[in-house]
Amino acid sequence: MERETISVTVNGRAYERAVEPRRLLSDFLREDLRLTGTHVGCEHGVCGSCTVMMDGVTARSCLTFAVMADGAEIETIEGLGSVEAMHPVQQAFWEKHGLQCGFCTPGMLMTAVELLKANPDPSVDDIRDAISGNLCRCTGYQTIVESIQYAAKLMREDGP
Amino acid sequence: MTTQLIGEPVERREDARLLTGRARFIDDIHLPEMLHAAVLRSPHAKARFTRIDASAALALPGVHAVITHEDLGSANAPMPLLNEDPGFIYPRTHQALAPGQVRFVGEAVALVVADSRYLAEDALDLIEVDYVPEPAAVDLAAAAQPGAPLVHDDTESNVACRTADNTGDIESAFAAADFVLREELRPERGAAQPMETRGVVARYDASLEQLTIWDTTQAPVSARGVIADKLGMAEAAVTVIAPDVGGGFGVKIYLVYPEEVLVPFAARMLDRPVKWIEDRREHFIGSNHERLMVHRIEVAATKDGRILGIKDHFLYDSGAYCPYGPINAQCAQAILPGPYKIPAVHSTYEAVYTNTPTVSPYRGAGQPHGNFVTETAMNHVACALGLDAAEIRRRNLVRPEDCPWDSGRIFQGNTPFIHRDSDYPAQLAKALDALDYEGVKRSQPAEREQGIFRGAGIAFFVEGTGISPYEGVEVRVEPTGHVHVTTGYPSQGQGHHTTLAQVVAETLAVAPEQVVVESGRSDRFAWGVGTFASRSAVVGGSAALGAAKAVRARALDLASDELEVAPEDLVLEDGAVHVKGAPQMAVTLGALAYAANPINTLTSGAEPGLRAADYYRSPDGAIASGVHGAVVVVDVATGMVEIETYVVVHDCGVMINPTIVEGQILGGTAQGIGGAFYEKLRFDDDGQPLVTTFMDYLIPTAMEIPSIEIHHMESRCSLNPLGVKGVGEGGAIPAAAAFAGAVEDALEPFGATVRAVPLDPPAILALIEGRAES
Repeated sequence: MERETISVTVNGRAYERAVEPRRLLSDFLREDLRLTGTHVGCEHGVCGSCTVMMDGVTARSCLTFAVMADGAEIETIEGLGSVEAMHPVQQAFWEKHGLQCGFCTPGMLMTAVELLKANPDPSVDDIRDAISGNLCRCTGYQTIVESIQYAAKLMREDGP
Repeated sequence: MTTQLIGEPVERREDARLLTGRARFIDDIHLPEMLHAAVLRSPHAKARFTRIDASAALALPGVHAVITHEDLGSANAPMPLLNEDPGFIYPRTHQALAPGQVRFVGEAVALVVADSRYLAEDALDLIEVDYVPEPAAVDLAAAAQPGAPLVHDDTESNVACRTADNTGDIESAFAAADFVLREELRPERGAAQPMETRGVVARYDASLEQLTIWDTTQAPVSARGVIADKLGMAEAAVTVIAPDVGGGFGVKIYLVYPEEVLVPFAARMLDRPVKWIEDRREHFIGSNHERLMVHRIEVAATKDGRILGIKDHFLYDSGAYCPYGPINAQCAQAILPGPYKIPAVHSTYEAVYTNTPTVSPYRGAGQPHGNFVTETAMNHVACALGLDAAEIRRRNLVRPEDCPWDSGRIFQGNTPFIHRDSDYPAQLAKALDALDYEGVKRSQPAEREQGIFRGAGIAFFVEGTGISPYEGVEVRVEPTGHVHVTTGYPSQGQGHHTTLAQVVAETLAVAPEQVVVESGRSDRFAWGVGTFASRSAVVGGSAALGAAKAVRARALDLASDELEVAPEDLVLEDGAVHVKGAPQMAVTLGALAYAANPINTLTSGAEPGLRAADYYRSPDGAIASGVHGAVVVVDVATGMVEIETYVVVHDCGVMINPTIVEGQILGGTAQGIGGAFYEKLRFDDDGQPLVTTFMDYLIPTAMEIPSIEIHHMESRCSLNPLGVKGVGEGGAIPAAAAFAGAVEDALEPFGATVRAVPLDPPAILALIEGRAES
């Protein structure tokens, strides 16, 4: 199959790669760039595990073709924070037990980051609404909601 | 000072990698020269075929192989029968690839191996199979009838197994009854649906003649045995590794799924690493299901609400094969009396083959079904006698002063169900108080006048946990001072590495950060079975405690030699042994580990190393228990339900880590609610699955699951040294009954009687309009 060359910035680093037009952004990130932190749970856009940030807004990388990301800035979980220097959202999920198996977690974190950017002091209902497109089968969501509330507090205290 | 760690909400040591995208799940494994596999699955619920034409697929550039049953030879021998049942008539297990006959939509027919998953899936479309469809047995009740199409042609009936378990004098119980409830109750078919699907990666190293398999299994040690057997290899030449696994809930333990043989077979045949990752549609049809049973129950009661006896005859949908034995039916049957003193319980199940995917345990393994039946029947008896649902329970509970109370039931075929170490009346009182049960009941008349339909439901659970087989743990102190803990059972999110580290670190008086835990690798520790049935803390935790205590004793002995002081005058603190009252006279655990390996002076026959392994089995298991309570409001115009309050009172004995315990309860309850609310797998009359995406199978989101209030009642279990009872499944078991009870209570003015779950809006509207099946 013919390939097209795309230029994508991922976590601040520029990549140029030739991809099949049918190649999914999730496969491009995970296999071509070996950024396997973005997970694929359903491949039909419902579970939200594959959520990444594309030009500042969340996108389902399993429903996005890599060619559609040509020229885009992508952020994935690998760019959010490291073990040594965690993003407050990551820190909050750790302290509040917002994860169990951890498979849905990267997508959940990206969604939480987007929410907190738009709304630094969300209510429980705001949080539940914001993450309603991310499925988790382990936690029953309660500790995730608490984690995001706590992350909001940490981020407000840290200041901009 | 020895730091107390057991009982502390220690932060999980698993999380840093998971939170930063550094974890390694099965699909994150990339090996040089790796090929990708896809499975051709049957489009028919029942069909025969004689020819698989793969020529066009093989002609596609990038396709390396198409493997069919003819290529497999002895690797295609039937899979093992894992559980016997005294009532087995026709035990039948699956094969890796269907040999000329398929028995459900989704059954594996061929494996394609290609350069990429895209190409492998392209090739699937080019394979031609000359299927001749045959009539299928799909509906459970119809399949059980004489004359139904046979799932297995070499049988005379689809009834795989018929087993009775009779406790007490049932004739006298029914003769003495003032009232007998008779009805049919039906928990529907569902599935675990972990967020990560299944997957297998295999690499054969011809230079070492070693096969390494990364597998999303909950039982790598057991899987190694089956895979080695099928491939005709020594177990010593096969390693199975469970990497980070994205949820299991039972569906990832099946010894073994076809792909667990096919992928290693292909890797060895092609001498290239091969990866197979299941997609979500495949997971709906190629992985196992759970839940569907039809119970015909009779309950004998006195007019003051004493339950005298239960008769239950139930059908259990086994799907196309029965390699687990009818284990879900066994568990449902064992827990029928629940926490109640019921003098006579007679039950019989028939496990029935149908042309649908195989059924194996999902969180609770039949206990959610048995629980729904008993708890719903309690509600209905109460209603018929004009009693309150809480009051009838109170009148029948096993009380602390009755314990140990032998229910006479046998759990999973080997564990007696004996109540002890818990206070059911106190649990009920706590739940009613937390729910404001009386308040809800008091407000109902006025609310109903205003068109508000609010109801409260309660459901008890008792759960068999910590059951056989055994598990083992090895604890080894390194000369570096690190403590290396290994075990065979893997984790799928339960935080075992944290809880095992807590037990070992406390016993050896080291910081938990000093403890390195490895699990789920058959090359590190190859004894025990796996992770299932709420047993890891009981069985594995107790083994870890035993091993750590043995290491501690050995450390004191070694230090006694080193310091020339009697062991009883020594203490172990902060990673070192020192003389009581003289902390400067000390030797570290690391130095003792070094001394324990005297390479030039070891006495022949002595064991080197500061290490010990322990193996633990709990013959009587450990019964966990609790009460769920729900308050719901039903919108009678739309059939929508809002859960206003949800309370869990539970007793899992000593909590090693309360945060992890709460996580298990919250997640289990959410899954239980999902099964009571929207989740249902449907088939058409020909056995075509109608639910194969998350757009059809509605697992709950953050909008449906309420905040859940948990109350701990920590009664130490007297049967194991840690005092723990299992907690993994207790959340899932009573949720359907509590939810259904609350909906039924809310709809009392409509005379609604709940006899099935899930209760999605159409089902609730049918209840309101009196259209529900009677």
